[in-house]
This record gives sequence, structure tokens and C-alpha cells, in this order.
Amino acid sequence: MMDCLEAEKVIARHRGDAVVITSETASHEWPQISSTDLDLPWYGAMGMASSVALGLALAAPKRKIIIIDADGSLLMNLNSLVTIAGMAPANLIHFVIENGIYRSTGGQPIPAAGKVSFAGLAKAAGYRHTYELDKLADLEAKVDTIIGQPGPTLCCLKTPPTTERTIHGFPTGAELIAAYHRVGKAISRS
Amino acid sequence: MAKPLTAQKILDELKKCGITHIIWLPDSEARFMYDAMKDLPGITLVPVCHEAEAPAIAAGLTVAGKKPIVLIQNTGFFECGDSLRGTILDIKLPLLLMLGYRGYRSGKLSGTAAIYLEPILDAWGIKHYLLESDDDINKISAAYKQTNETSHPVAVLIGKEYEQA
Repeated sequence: MMDCLEAEKVIARHRGDAVVITSETASHEWPQISSTDLDLPWYGAMGMASSVALGLALAAPKRKIIIIDADGSLLMNLNSLVTIAGMAPANLIHFVIENGIYRSTGGQPIPAAGKVSFAGLAKAAGYRHTYELDKLADLEAKVDTIIGQPGPTLCCLKTPPTTERTIHGFPTGAELIAAYHRVGKAISRS
Repeated sequence: MAKPLTAQKILDELKKCGITHIIWLPDSEARFMYDAMKDLPGITLVPVCHEAEAPAIAAGLTVAGKKPIVLIQNTGFFECGDSLRGTILDIKLPLLLMLGYRGYRSGKLSGTAAIYLEPILDAWGIKHYLLESDDDINKISAAYKQTNETSHPVAVLIGKEYEQA
């Protein structure tokens, strides 16, 4: 398994000018790594970050859109895999942090923890490329291909369960609104 | 004889508004809408598996400068609740919701899907307008203008089955 923070650092180093949306557990680490006009830490409607990412990807097909999702979040919007595969945005890269637990609520196991294959689900849904990685070195070796090739691509990153919370509470409505509009403006400029 | 509600006239009105994307999940009355929409130049159809995806997709499109609407049934609107709250209401984004009014027939409500719709829209502060015939078509543009001016969702309730153009 790989450390979640280190995995996100790898993605950050290789993202280029991609928009990055982080969902739930990934949102704990990402603000420590990056805080630019192209970052959209996602809070609020759980599981919906992948659908917001699809909207951005359809609106800006020349811009890479990276979603760093989490296993519990994706389970809450699992049908989005099929919707994304149906629209087939070539610019969408879907990472999933798989830690097997609901981190923010104290570490309860997700349904079918250790049994469900998110890469398998994405492949069956119709994603163009799927990966399941549990070593940081493998992510380092493949990340340019994962981000660079035409998608949609899903890459599942196996991480150990942790209940450590590095964020507490939610951003204010004004902060969320500002983040949305910063990303929108940055995309519009491209 | 009651006046028709024509799918093509609805789409013409949406084109006048500059709509770029229709995010939708078909309901039992929408067959003629699909026939009219599927090859429509200038508007991209985004079919979803579940209605809760629709507001979130619309949010992504809207912040990036596109003009989506959501076309679903009232039952699907009930499924949208937290997604609509978290991705549209909290972010203060405009969104035109076109909702099939299952259970509505000429002013009479039958079944909970119809009975609960308007009270729930009212509870969320979502203004709504009824569309029953082609005479009501301009309500679409008015609702679209209102959602953009208020940065809050506005709903058009489709109170009758669409007919073929």
C-alpha cells in the first residue's frame, strides 16, 4: 500500500495545468500540497465530485480534469462511472483513494471493503483505461501515461486505513463559491 | 380539444435561451422530447443514470461558462435533494429545472409524486411555473432569465405529455 499524502504529491508533480478536484479523504491532504486557481477541494454533497468533474470536462475538452475521489464517496455515486463512460470525455482522469474506510466519521469499513474492485467496476462500465496500484513506485512510473493518454481513465490507489483528520469542519459558503469561480475563470482563460 | 405541448417548440425556446447542454433522464412521457433532442445541433444531450448526478454535472458546466438545463421527472427531483443543495444552492449557481409533473392532470393532483412536488419546491425557495400547452412556452425564457438574475434554481413544471412536432 502507498501513503495517501505521498501519492497525492506524485499527482501534483505531474499534473501540469490540469484542474484537480479532490473529494472527501483526498481533501484532507491536497491543501497541504497545492493551493492554486486550478484546485477545487470538494466538500458538501458527498460523492458528487466525479459528476462535477464530468461537467468541467465536457465544458473544457482541451483542459485535463483530474478528480481525486475516495472509495466511500464513489460508492455513493457509483452510477457516475457509467455516465462518465457514456460521455467518454478524453480529458478526464479519475483517481480513487481506496483505504477501505469512512475516514471522516471514524474509520468504519465501507461496504464490501477488500472485496470490491473499483478498477474492475470502471472497466466494466466502459472507461478506456483502468489501473489498480498499491506501490508508490508504480504510480511514479505510470503517472505520466495515466494523465497524458486519452481517457476516461480510472486509477485506483491502495492506501492504508487512517482516521487521522487534517481538516476540521467545512469551508464557509463564501470560500466554496470563491473556489468554484476561480476554477471557472481559470478554465475560461484557457 | 386541449391545446398540445409540442416537443419541438420547447426545444426552439431553449435554443433561443442559448442552452448548450440538456442533462436528462427520460420519464414515461418524454419519448417525443428524446426524438426531437437526439440530433439537435448546438445542444449536447447528457444522459445520466441517476438524477442526483444532474445538478452536479450542471454545476461543473456552469462554472466553466456553459448553459445547461436539467430535464427529469418530479420523482427524480426528489432523488436530487442533497446534490442540488451542495452543488447548486450552496454555490449560488443558476439552474433551470424542467420537471415532468407526474400525477398532474388539468389542475388535479393524483399520488404523492404530484402532491409533494410544489410544497417541496416552495420549501427550497425554488420558484416554479406550470407549462400545459404551447401557449405557455414563453414561461421557459422567463424562468431562465429569473434563474440567472437570482443565481438560484427555477423550475418549469411540465403538466402535460409532450406531443410530436
